[in-house]
Amino acid sequence: MQPLPIDESVVADCRALAATVAERMQSFIDAHTTVSIERTVLRAYAIDGADGNGTPLVNTCVDNVLKAGELGRGIAWSLGRAIAAGAASPQEAAEALAYGSASADVAITDAQIAEALQPHTDDALARLDGARRQREAARARLGVGPTPWKYVIVATGNIYDDADQARAAAEAGADIIAVIRSTAQSLIDYVPYGATTEGFGGTWATQENFRVVRAALDDQQEKLGRYLCQVNYSSGLCMPEIAYLAAIERLDMVLNDAMYGILFRDINPRRTLCDQYFSRLVTTRAGIIINTGEDNYLTTADAVDKAHTVLASQFINEAFAHQAGMPDSLMGLGHAFEIDKSLEDSFVLELSQAQLVRQIFPRHPIKWMPATKHKTGDIFWSHRVDGLFDLISVMTNQSIELLGMMTESVHTPLLQDRFVAIKGADYVFNAARHLGDEIHWNPAGKIVARAKEVLGEARTLLAEVAQEGMFAAIARGAFADVKRPELGGRGLHGVIDKRPDYLNPILSALESDSDGGDRV
Amino acid sequence: MSEKHLIKPYGDRKDDGRMQLSFTLPVPASARAKEAALRYVEKLGFRTVFIATMEPAGSQFSFFVAYGSAEPSLDFSVIEVPEVEAPEWSFKEINHLIEERLQRRIVVVGACTGSDAHTVGIDAILNMKGYAGDKGLEAYPWIDAYNMGAQVDNAALLTRAKEVGADAILVSQIMTQRDLHIDNSRQLIDLANKQGMRGTLFLLGGPRIDHKLARELGFDAGFGPGTKPSQVASLILDTLLKRL
Repeated sequence: MQPLPIDESVVADCRALAATVAERMQSFIDAHTTVSIERTVLRAYAIDGADGNGTPLVNTCVDNVLKAGELGRGIAWSLGRAIAAGAASPQEAAEALAYGSASADVAITDAQIAEALQPHTDDALARLDGARRQREAARARLGVGPTPWKYVIVATGNIYDDADQARAAAEAGADIIAVIRSTAQSLIDYVPYGATTEGFGGTWATQENFRVVRAALDDQQEKLGRYLCQVNYSSGLCMPEIAYLAAIERLDMVLNDAMYGILFRDINPRRTLCDQYFSRLVTTRAGIIINTGEDNYLTTADAVDKAHTVLASQFINEAFAHQAGMPDSLMGLGHAFEIDKSLEDSFVLELSQAQLVRQIFPRHPIKWMPATKHKTGDIFWSHRVDGLFDLISVMTNQSIELLGMMTESVHTPLLQDRFVAIKGADYVFNAARHLGDEIHWNPAGKIVARAKEVLGEARTLLAEVAQEGMFAAIARGAFADVKRPELGGRGLHGVIDKRPDYLNPILSALESDSDGGDRV
Repeated sequence: MSEKHLIKPYGDRKDDGRMQLSFTLPVPASARAKEAALRYVEKLGFRTVFIATMEPAGSQFSFFVAYGSAEPSLDFSVIEVPEVEAPEWSFKEINHLIEERLQRRIVVVGACTGSDAHTVGIDAILNMKGYAGDKGLEAYPWIDAYNMGAQVDNAALLTRAKEVGADAILVSQIMTQRDLHIDNSRQLIDLANKQGMRGTLFLLGGPRIDHKLARELGFDAGFGPGTKPSQVASLILDTLLKRL
C-alpha cells in the first residue's frame, strides 16, 4: 500500500510529546509500588494456594506486611528475611508471613536476605523464560496464519464449554481465541482460584482457567497444523498478577492498556500507572503481545469528532510501553470501526483512519475492532457492516482483527455466529488480498485531508497533555469524555511509597532486561 | 370485542407462512445430519421444509439454514402490549414546559448497576451527545443529569439520588447469563421501598428490557433499544406535571 502523504514531522512531534508525557510519569512510577505488584513478586517466587475462604496466600501475605508498615521495603525483603531465618522454601516463608509465625527478632543482614533470595530469583526468571521458549518453539514449528489474524471471543461462563467452542472456532479458521472475563473481575483486588463453571458474563481470569484453554489449544493446533493464540485480560486491579499468570501459562496476548482501567473502570490513576508499568515489564520478558483498548473510547465519545483521541492514546500507550522496554512488535495498539453508519462517507473516514494508524505504527501488531455501538438486532444488516469492516482490514493490512458478529447487541456469540463471521472474513480477505497494493491516494481527496486533520488534532491534544501532565489531562476528561481525578477511584490505598531500602530483585531483573529493548 | 384479524408470516404470498431459521446441531456435517435437521424443523410443526445449506462448522458441528411453512395463524386483534404512555415532546418543548409549568429544574441520576459494565445505553440517554441526533439529558438546560457510570452498587445509587434530590432514577441493564440483571433490578426496587423512596420515578432501560418487564419488576416504566433521550425526558416531565 502506498502511504498517505502526511507530514512525517507531525508524527515525530506526536511521538516526542508522548515520550515526554510517559517519561514525566516514570519518576512517580519508580517511587511507588502497589499491593498487586508485590503480590506478583510473590507469584514469581512460586507462592501458590488460597485459604478456606478462597483468599489467595499472596493477598494475606502482602496485607499482613502492609499492616505491619513494612511493605515500603518490598515484599521480597520480608520474604528473603523469612528464608534467611530458616524457612525451607519461599512457600513456607510466605505462609509464615501470612499466618503469623514469622519472627521479627532474629538479626539478619540485608546481605543475607539478598543471598537467600538469589537462587529463587533465578528460578523465577527461568520459569518465565522457559514458558516463552516453549511458546516460541511451538509457533515456529507450526506457523501462524496470514494477517489479518482472525480473533474471536468465547464467552459461555463455563471454562470447559469455552474450551470446546475454542476448538470449534479454530477448526472454522480462527487464529486467536479470547476467553471473555467476568466483567466484575476488574474491580476485585485478588485473582480468584480454580476453574470457573458458573461464571456471569464470562469466566474469571484464573491460572487454572488459563491452563484449561491452553491445553485445548495445544491439542487442537497439532491437529490443524497451525499455531493457535490465546488471549485474556491483564487489566483491572490485578493487572500485573494476571500478566504474570498469562506469562507462565503461555498465553500469547493480553488486553493491557495504560489508561483503560482509569477511564472505564474508575480505577485510581496512580494505581493503574504503576501497575501497567510492572505488567508490561512482565509481558515484555514473556514475549506476550499486548492489546490496548482505544476502541472503547469510541463507545462513549463520538468516532468522528474524537478520532484524534484514539491516535493520541496510541502514542501514549506506545510511549509507556517503551518505558517498560517493550519492542514495537509486541504492541497491539487498538482502534475501531465505530463511526455512525448513517453518515455519508463513513466508510471513507474509517479507511482514512485505518491507513493512518497502520502507517504510523508499521511494526506494531495493530488490533482492528468491529462495529458495536451502532449495531442493532438486524443481523443481516449487521453482517453487511462486518463485510465492509473486513474489507478495510485486508486493504490496510491490519494485524489482528477481532471479527464482527452479526448478533452483536443481541447476545454473546453463538457457535454459528462465529462460524458465519469467519467464513465471511475468509471470503473478503481472499477476494481483496492484494487490493491495497493497487491503491494510490488522491492527494487532494477526502481520505488524505481527513488523515491530516486527525493527525494534527492528535498533536494538539498531546501538546496539551504534555503541558498539563497526564493526571491533569485525565482529570479534565481529555480521553473518552471521561473525567477521573488523580486521587479518586478504586485501589488508591494499595499504592505505597517505596522506602530508600526498597528491595525487589524481580523488578531489578526485568528492568535490566528491558534496558536492552528497542526503544524508539 | 373487535373482529378477528388472523395473520401468519408473509413470505412471497399472503398466508404462505414462509419462515427462515438457522441453527447448529452438535454432529458433524453429513447426509444424516442434513436429514436430521430437516426432521427437526418438521418436528417444530413446519411444512414443506427445505434445508437451504448445511455447512461444517468445525469437525463436530453442522450449521443449517432452513425454510419452512408455518401452520398456525394468530388473532392480531387480541394482542395487547402495555406501552409507555407519554407525549412525544421535542428538546425545545421539554425545556419550555419545565420552565413554564414545573418552574424548577428536573434532577435525574443514572447508572449501570451491579456488575454490569456496559454503559452504551445509559450514555446514549444521559450524555451530552445523546443518540441518533437526539440530545442527551445533560444537554437540557432545565435538567440536571448525573451519570454514575458502570458497576454501581444499588445502595450507592439510592444514596446519590437522595443527595441530589433526584426526581427520577435511570437504571441501565444489559442481559447477563441466568438473568442476574433481573435479580439485581428487583433488589433495587426492594431497597428503594425499604428506604421509602417511592416518590422517585424508577426507569429501567436495556437491550432486552421492555415496558412490560420493567413494570413487572416494580419500575415505573421500561425502555428498550432505540429509545431516544427526549422520550425518557417526556415521560419524566409528563409524570411530574400530572403530580402538580
